[in-house]
Amino acid sequence: MSRENALVSADWAEKNLGQQGIVFVEVDEDTTAYDNGHIPGAVKIDWKKELQDPVRRDFINRAQFEELLSSKGISNDDTVILYGGNNNWFAAYAYWYFKLYGHENVKLLDGGRKKWELDARPLVTEVPERPRTNYTAKPQNKAIRAFRDEVVAAIGTKNLVDVRSPDEYSGRLLAPAHLPQEQSQRAGHIPTAVNVPWSKAANEDGTFRSDEELRQIYAEAGVDFSRPTIAYCRIGERSSHTWFVLHELLDQADVKNYDGSWTEYGSLVGVPIALGDQPGEAPKEDE
Amino acid sequence: MSSCGAPAQTATLPASVDLSVETVITGTVTAAGQPVSGAYVRLLDATGEFTAEVVTSEEGVFRFFAAPGKWTVRALSRIGDGQTEVSAERGLNEVTIAIAA
Repeated sequence: MSRENALVSADWAEKNLGQQGIVFVEVDEDTTAYDNGHIPGAVKIDWKKELQDPVRRDFINRAQFEELLSSKGISNDDTVILYGGNNNWFAAYAYWYFKLYGHENVKLLDGGRKKWELDARPLVTEVPERPRTNYTAKPQNKAIRAFRDEVVAAIGTKNLVDVRSPDEYSGRLLAPAHLPQEQSQRAGHIPTAVNVPWSKAANEDGTFRSDEELRQIYAEAGVDFSRPTIAYCRIGERSSHTWFVLHELLDQADVKNYDGSWTEYGSLVGVPIALGDQPGEAPKEDE
Repeated sequence: MSSCGAPAQTATLPASVDLSVETVITGTVTAAGQPVSGAYVRLLDATGEFTAEVVTSEEGVFRFFAAPGKWTVRALSRIGDGQTEVSAERGLNEVTIAIAA
């Protein structure tokens, strides 16, 4: 991967609206933004209703993903351009999700909905009609998805990157500061995880920083590029943003997103937790 | 599972919010005295580090759930940017961000 293959600029996107074989997809948790105005021709995916299993805490399965994309009129050959609000968090999550199920050509709109709006580019309320397709997905690519046991085993051995804000990392806050703080899980972070907030990777307008800046940010925070990396946040969407940076922009070979993230880890019985601003140490045996 | 997406920025505080526990930073983005809807408001901590971002409502309203201490609230909009400092305490902290158009 590289920047050219993973990212498109707002200028490029505006010039390529309506092109055959290019499908713009807005991904958000709150789809009222799409309903009030979206990029011309874009279809919407509701992160919560369409990408999450309605009963278990997991993703929709392969057959459900095939049905979802078929119903949206997306075919296997289409180039999918994802964008959304919240600095592309949910769009980055969808990007990772599309890669998980093996979609070849998927890119993120640099700056997402925010830059598009701040640039005063066109937004429409008309919903496109796309004919149904017969989409076929691949089995989940587990090389980019981390589960809890692997995360616990990674303490002190792999790079663990906690991409939440410093206050969430240290345990002073339990959730991002636009949400009420009452939560069931314990506060803190996974011992040995370094804190590189997702926002370090983005400019104020939501676009990604340059490759040189990004490499420097993660290296200075203590990420060893010669080792495998697992990124996590609270529920896995901000860490998708960081997964995108490390795996797609900086071309790191072994990077996984831990979608269970802190809402799972902070509720597990018996796992070590570090408090405060330092990564902390791996627990010693027999304690 | 509740997600990390920002909720609607309503003018009235949801009934579930306990102000004896929460540190709420709320207010309005204005330009020439008029509310600015659709502005991106960023909450920066005492070191200038990004903490959260919301989009203002039709009435120009934004709201954060922070912690006591010094914060900066910075607004980006099509017509211009603006920011202000706030020393937040537990309970409700109200601020106005004026944008120089």
